Amino acid sequence: MTCDLCDEKASVFLTQIVDGQMEKVNLCESCAKAKGVTDPTGFALADLLLGLGDEADEPKSPSSSSQMDPELPTPEKSAPSADEKLACSACGYTHAQFKKAGRLGCPKCYQVFGAGLESLLKAMHKGTKHIGKVPVRHRAVQDRHETLAALRSELDDAIGREAFEDAARLRDEIATLEAELAKPSEPTSESSTETVGS
Amino acid sequence: MRFDTLLESPADWMHRGQSHGDIVVTSRIRLARNLVGHSFPGWGRKQENEATLRVVQPVVESLPQLGEPFSRHLNKLTAIQKQALVERHLISREHAARAAGSAAVMNRAQTISIMINEEDHLRMQSIQPGLALRESFEVLDEIDTQLEQALEFAFDRQLGFLTACPTNLGTGLRASAMLHLPALMLSDQVNQVIQAVNKIGLAVRGLYGEGTEALGNLFQVSNQTTLGDKEVEIIARLQKVIEQIVNHEKNARQKLLSDNTTTLCDQIGRAFALLRHAHVMPSKEALNLISMVRLGVDLGFFPSEFAVTLESLLMEIQPAHLQIRADRKLPTSERDEMRSQIIRDRLKCLPEPDISKALGGLHNCPPNNDDA
Ligand SMILES: [Zn+2]
Ligand SMILES: [Zn+2]
Repeated sequence: MTCDLCDEKASVFLTQIVDGQMEKVNLCESCAKAKGVTDPTGFALADLLLGLGDEADEPKSPSSSSQMDPELPTPEKSAPSADEKLACSACGYTHAQFKKAGRLGCPKCYQVFGAGLESLLKAMHKGTKHIGKVPVRHRAVQDRHETLAALRSELDDAIGREAFEDAARLRDEIATLEAELAKPSEPTSESSTETVGS
Repeated sequence: MRFDTLLESPADWMHRGQSHGDIVVTSRIRLARNLVGHSFPGWGRKQENEATLRVVQPVVESLPQLGEPFSRHLNKLTAIQKQALVERHLISREHAARAAGSAAVMNRAQTISIMINEEDHLRMQSIQPGLALRESFEVLDEIDTQLEQALEFAFDRQLGFLTACPTNLGTGLRASAMLHLPALMLSDQVNQVIQAVNKIGLAVRGLYGEGTEALGNLFQVSNQTTLGDKEVEIIARLQKVIEQIVNHEKNARQKLLSDNTTTLCDQIGRAFALLRHAHVMPSKEALNLISMVRLGVDLGFFPSEFAVTLESLLMEIQPAHLQIRADRKLPTSERDEMRSQIIRDRLKCLPEPDISKALGGLHNCPPNNDDA
């Protein structure tokens, strides 16, 4: 068997099923290394397939290209230059680089390139919404969002009952919370957690 | 801790695991984390990565779980030392390729290792013998919770923990187990199993081997998706699948014993003879032969205490370990010679395979015409 990327003898073989479709990739030692397919736990096939198109002119098996391509965001056909020039304000990474490497430049990049990511994530993962562990300091933020929602419905209720004193008090509380939530959009360590108790 | 001290201590996971230790060699959990406001290591410039490292390393080093850790900048390790850490599964190959701005921190028992500035700012791993995914996860989850008090991890309510590669988003969790499947291999069933496992979204790979030719009959099973599931669900699903594979392997072993006794005796006997008497032992051959002797131990052909000997032997005979022992670079031919010498020495006391034991003492060796 030969490598999918060059004609060397393949020595690393990967198989996986994403969305019910079986994908096989065969790589030679050096291509595997170049693709970072060396830490068996740190590697994902989808990641590899992402970069494939740029490396070589679609030498992958017909089955894999037909299955994977529709899942990939392909803005190169619709709006090539504008989209590729899109860059992260925090780290300068461009969308073109993301398409080439399949990796991002910094956490902020997810906000910048996030729009095109949805279909990719659908193809790659079980869902597109995180339901696992939430760090404590984000739990605090999440809690305050929930408190805010509760206060707002209380306010509606108070207005409905024409209980204007309650409404005024609730409005103040909401304003305070909203200000707090608006401030630490980039929470610098302790500041965000300290306000939780109040 | 000195590098030699680390390498001289056998890793805790080289002992046999309590749960399915005969088939599940190790269980491993990996978590990926990144800091808010810092470029990912692959994109950050040297100074930026060094700055991240200065923030992260002291926090990691002070984790009580690590005791007095081994902690090094990667540019303070030689290529061979880094390679030896890769052979021990303590750092990844990708990490070994890095130098300034990256570090590796681990405990002496080598059950916890934390790579700083690999593909992500933090790649933490917990490794235990046998099937112990939950236990490994609990250890690492606790560490993660402690680190998060001092470090602000990049997190998004929708995408979860933000990682350099979108394949790790969400939980950042990769759970994997290394399985020893010689009987499924010998009875040509391993591909069926791989396909079945793939169908449920898990990845299986033989280490440097094609489906039917995995080196040392070792296979790694791991979750492929990290977003859209809770950590415990990812682990539970993997655990269930591994238990099924373990059962298949156990059945295949029983079947080999009863239906292909001669072939089995022959394979194990040849492995024994070659390991005990060869004077040139290439790495691949060694892995495959040791796998057969390991199977022999599991079936009662050899005393069970040799299981640990074989496990640490697998480490000792790897290229970087050999060269550290020799204290110089060795060409392949010299490594093959040195490898055979270490194996002969370690297995000096390994008695001849006791086949009667495996057959319940009914007959010494079966009629030898079932594999003509
Ligand atoms: Zn290649
Ligand atoms: Zn960025």
